[in-house]
Amino acid sequence: MSEPLLSIENLSVRLPSGADRSHALNDVSLTLSAGEILCVVGESGSGKSMLASTVMRLLPPGVTASSGRVLMGGTDLLTLSEPEMRRVRGARIGMIFQEPMTALNPLLRAGDQVGEMFAIHTDLDKAAIREKVLALFREVRLPDPEAALRAYPHELSGGQRQRVMIAMALALEPAVLIADEPTTALDVTTQARILALIEDIQKRRGMAVLFITHDFGVVAEIADRVAVMQHGLLVEEGPAEAVLNRPQAEYTKALIAAVPPLTPAERRPQGADAAPILRIENVSKTYRSGGLFATKRVTHAVKDVTLSLPQGTTLGVVGESGSGKSTLARCIIRLLDTDEGSIQLGDTDLAALSRSEMRREARRIQMVFQDPYASLNPRRRAGELVAQGPMVHGMGRAEALAKARDLFALVGLDPAAIDRFPHEFSGGQRQRIGLARALALEPEVLVADEPVSALDVSVQAQVLRLLDDLRDRLGLSMVFITHDLRVAAQICDRIAVMKDGVVVEEGITAEVFLAPKHDYTRALLAAVPGRDWSAKAAERARQPGRMATASPA
Amino acid sequence: MTGSLARYAKNPAALLGLVLLLAVIAMALLAPILFPKDPLSLAGRPLQWPDLGGRFPLGTDNSGRDIAAQIFHGAQVSLLIGLVATTISIAIGIVVGALAGFYGGWIDDALMRVTEAFQTLPNFLLLLVLVAVFGSDITTVTVAIGLVSWPATARLTRAEFLTLRNREFVQACRVLGMGDLRIIFREILPNALPPVIVYASVVMAIAILLESALAFLSLSDPNIASWGNLIGAGRNVLRVQWYVSAIPGVAILLTVLAVSLVGQGLNDALNPRLRRNPKP
Repeated sequence: MSEPLLSIENLSVRLPSGADRSHALNDVSLTLSAGEILCVVGESGSGKSMLASTVMRLLPPGVTASSGRVLMGGTDLLTLSEPEMRRVRGARIGMIFQEPMTALNPLLRAGDQVGEMFAIHTDLDKAAIREKVLALFREVRLPDPEAALRAYPHELSGGQRQRVMIAMALALEPAVLIADEPTTALDVTTQARILALIEDIQKRRGMAVLFITHDFGVVAEIADRVAVMQHGLLVEEGPAEAVLNRPQAEYTKALIAAVPPLTPAERRPQGADAAPILRIENVSKTYRSGGLFATKRVTHAVKDVTLSLPQGTTLGVVGESGSGKSTLARCIIRLLDTDEGSIQLGDTDLAALSRSEMRREARRIQMVFQDPYASLNPRRRAGELVAQGPMVHGMGRAEALAKARDLFALVGLDPAAIDRFPHEFSGGQRQRIGLARALALEPEVLVADEPVSALDVSVQAQVLRLLDDLRDRLGLSMVFITHDLRVAAQICDRIAVMKDGVVVEEGITAEVFLAPKHDYTRALLAAVPGRDWSAKAAERARQPGRMATASPA
Repeated sequence: MTGSLARYAKNPAALLGLVLLLAVIAMALLAPILFPKDPLSLAGRPLQWPDLGGRFPLGTDNSGRDIAAQIFHGAQVSLLIGLVATTISIAIGIVVGALAGFYGGWIDDALMRVTEAFQTLPNFLLLLVLVAVFGSDITTVTVAIGLVSWPATARLTRAEFLTLRNREFVQACRVLGMGDLRIIFREILPNALPPVIVYASVVMAIAILLESALAFLSLSDPNIASWGNLIGAGRNVLRVQWYVSAIPGVAILLTVLAVSLVGQGLNDALNPRLRRNPKP
């Protein structure tokens, strides 16, 4: 391996007083050489993004690097003046951000935004810049480079916007590329294509890439070396193959163990003969936009979907964004009114009920929401949030609060915590409160809309276990909406794959995963990052003897 | 909440505003004790210049009434008009804005057209019309001020509701089977309130100014000792005995300044993230 391009030496970054810890980074040392991809992986709050911001000198106000050096070509970036640093950013270190929609200026055309890089750092004329940008757009394989030059960010898809971002980061041929969760906001098939693109460009240009991610699947896909971070400390660092397959640090082991394997969990055979508790029949939902003067647009969010949920089982609905899975969930729960079709819960057709009738039936079907931060009213105490449901349906306050206490214990929270406000809980704990709120009405069916997608992988595993366990103990039936096939494999008895509002495949989880019938299902499965690694890991898990010899620790 | 209080206490401008406001409130409370006689009764020779050691520390106006007594009693009137008119205006604004923002569709369209009708008319002109039609006793004036100053509150509340109504916690309430009114007033409103409370200080300042403006045109209630009435009375002797208008003018200036500073302080305390970032 050649001389390191970028070396971070004993870097510590101090947080302002009043933060939850004194240092965002504590004595971190890393090197990055030309032609390698170094993945920095960790959960939220590990300091991995802070590392990227420190290298770029883009720390938020009040946060300062207190010691250490960031050396690039013999100069310490931390000692450069702001004008000197501006010549480094973009020209010598490029950066790609997580959310391509907010990282691009919505009022500038894509071509002009990338062109700005040349206008600022070089003295090329307009025509030359245009040629350069066009060449870049070809290199990042935008489908129609000429049209993309003139497109505004909102006219491009998420994947295309990320390609524009990559083109911008590559414009001045920086030696180092920092990518901060560049594929987290993207669909799994788009993610696979962007990862392939980054890897391809890195190889062709011999760049060094510092790739920040929380997803071990992505790490397995592209990393040459891996650095694992926790609470601002570097826990483990080494070649990807070694860290992924023979992790040494306990934290790394726990993180990797929490990654759900892609092979379906072995579930007790059930539900095949159970009577369906929820039947969704020919449900359609269309959105109409445009009013008096605008041209009308009709979007078929859900088209003629028929599914059934056997009593006591979990039905997974998987698909990418825009597949209509969340719309379907909201139709089932009557947050949206269906246009056609019926939703039979027992022998009641929910779709045909009036608003006030639905309010009375609400206790029979409940929902767990995606965002643990947005789904709890910040101005109500946790206990109240849980007790609200029973109180709406006529239970006395004291009794409802006692019930909330019991439910807190049931979902693994401290019953004494019912007096606290939502912001005093972590993301995983908030999701447990949301679950307790849904369970407070003792529903027959629980609809879970991406309940773990906003959680860290270790917390995700706990919440999934809790959901599975409660389903068994309380005899719940569950509709589980997710975009994550790994999660679906762990918790669902049956799986329905949705694309563009239509269910393209439906069946028992193991069958769908092992012998997918539809092309789209196969494409989804193939796009899951790190699937080869997962398969090998699963194999090792089945042969514990070999695992033991491989990791002497 | 304690965090907001601490942030408020650290803001010197907001503290100054609070001290000024407390001083005005103290003046209002002390008025009946320090000046037990009717402030509008004749007290001495007209147009005596202010004499801090004498019988009339702030002088007398052109009818021979004690200016100091009118200033103290006027504080009562101004604060009362400000509070009542603001309450009326905020209440109407919240209800209109909440219903429009929560339901959207034709309800929103209808309510917003009404709001715009109010907004396109200059509110002082509308106030003049109301006072001309319904008379100018103090109750009418106060209610009229409340009635002309709600549209901005309605728009603000509506904007808050538009972003809040799609939050997952609101959907969660609907899933629990909660009724609309309960969701609007018990769940969403507390979250929408901070900017409205801050705006209330602006409304209060405007209400005090509107009353003074009416009084200056001799259209407010002549039977009460308001600051505006005093300024109106001093108008005739403005060039020589300017203090008759200037003293109540300063009182109004300080009160409005106090209310605005308190409002700005509340804004910074309740929305700490909106403050400009401190320079590193």
